[in-house]
Amino acid sequence: MEFFHDLLNYAFLQKAFITSVMVGIICGVIGSFIVLRGMALMGDAISHAVLPGVAISYMLSINYFYGAVLTGVLTAFGIGAISQNSRIKSDSAIGIVFSAFFALGIILITKARSATDLTQILFGNVLSVRDSDMWITLVIGAVVIGTVALFFKELLISSFDETMAAAYGLNTRFIHYAIMFLLTLVTVASLQTVGVILVVSMLITPASAAYLLTNRLSTMVVLASFFGALSAVIGLYFSFLYNMPSGPVIALATTSIFIVAFLFSPQQGLFTQMFKSRGKQKTAA
Amino acid sequence: MTESITASNISVSYSGKQVVSNVSFTFAPGSLIGILGPNGAGKSTLMKAMLGLIRKDSGSTQIGSQSIDKMRKIIAYVPQRSNIDWNFPIVVKDTVLLGTYPKLGLFHRPSIADKAWAMECLEQVGMQDFADRQIGELSGGQQQRVFLARALAQKADYFFLDEPFVGIDVSSEEVIIEILRKLKNSGKTVLVVHHDLSKVKSYFDELILMNNELIDAGPVEQVFREKNMTRAYERPMTMFDDLEVQV
Repeated sequence: MEFFHDLLNYAFLQKAFITSVMVGIICGVIGSFIVLRGMALMGDAISHAVLPGVAISYMLSINYFYGAVLTGVLTAFGIGAISQNSRIKSDSAIGIVFSAFFALGIILITKARSATDLTQILFGNVLSVRDSDMWITLVIGAVVIGTVALFFKELLISSFDETMAAAYGLNTRFIHYAIMFLLTLVTVASLQTVGVILVVSMLITPASAAYLLTNRLSTMVVLASFFGALSAVIGLYFSFLYNMPSGPVIALATTSIFIVAFLFSPQQGLFTQMFKSRGKQKTAA
Repeated sequence: MTESITASNISVSYSGKQVVSNVSFTFAPGSLIGILGPNGAGKSTLMKAMLGLIRKDSGSTQIGSQSIDKMRKIIAYVPQRSNIDWNFPIVVKDTVLLGTYPKLGLFHRPSIADKAWAMECLEQVGMQDFADRQIGELSGGQQQRVFLARALAQKADYFFLDEPFVGIDVSSEEVIIEILRKLKNSGKTVLVVHHDLSKVKSYFDELILMNNELIDAGPVEQVFREKNMTRAYERPMTMFDDLEVQV
């Protein structure tokens, strides 16, 4: 209760709250497509690969947004270039490119700034959200939600049946890179809240929980956003009251939601299925 | 207003090996065409190359005098069942509704009329009772019928089906072939990748017989002969006359 009281009274907490909720929502939205397109590893890769961009931005003292988007997009193209032009499979291409970018990023960050900054970027510190961070997150949120809403039809069909999408004339490669671009934006927006290392938990876990609960993509996107936002607020709560790093708390919150869905989903749940098959045995007997 | 379909000199290579070699043919509208050949003959590859879904070494496909690239909205393609993610969160009626997307264009959502039309297509394949099921809950034959319904929803003039009869039940097969015949009779052109020799004569009136290169293309009676088949399958087709008697 005290938390809600403070939320009403402290501007810094409000900023953190608004940012967290927005990050949760857009991670759920993009995460749904990442999960369905089998690109979970790609999400992990892009999130790690924005690190050198963040470092370079610090060095040039420009907003970290620009550098991060640049290296994120470079990574997506690098991975595409390797997997399409050689016999290297895409998961290996992802591993090669993102570890290189991440390593470069760590070296640059330690050169550029102190180790505390590195920890913040790696693990998130939602309470240190500045005005500019909040606004960047809100703008990115509007872009991501707007794009997905406008092109939902195209995203649905190219994720479900890429061949049909291509057969009727959609540029599926462009759609792929557009999603990579949105993913980079989402990662950048998430830096303050969850940090580079654990963005993937916000992308993949809420969307996977939602995936177990519905047979409609639109419902999945909404559910994933809700789970993402809920996890982000839980992360904020713990980091405010118990001084814990927000990223790991958020990651564990998403995991808890996933476990509940995994065990008790009406159709897919582990317990539900055990219960159902027991019911069937009874009726058979 | 449908026109003939023509493939000219289509060649496709996979990692240096040519799997489709210089294939050409032309068929009049209102044909039900089987693409026949042994495993690895390049049948599916030919179909994808015709549609521009994979990179060709050479060749082109034309409808009338137009390149196929300009005619995409009047073409429906039904991929092999193995290419679909059957766990995708989508129910049967929404899968069929996807067939209305090509003609909607950007920024438009399917209307109530589009949804009614999708249900009508679902009824044509006899799957209306499964409208709210997730697609992975269906049998192979039912899945194939749903994808045919999606193709019907596209209101296309040219239908490309990749191995629609593989691993499906007899009644689904009958439903599907019946619909393909109806399409043909209403002047549509239907191409089907197929490999079950026993039903060739009863299903198709035109054939493309290939084994990497084209063996023969034309009416079934002309193409489906022992000499051609022996060449295509690279072994004596002694059973061949029996097969003909069966059908």
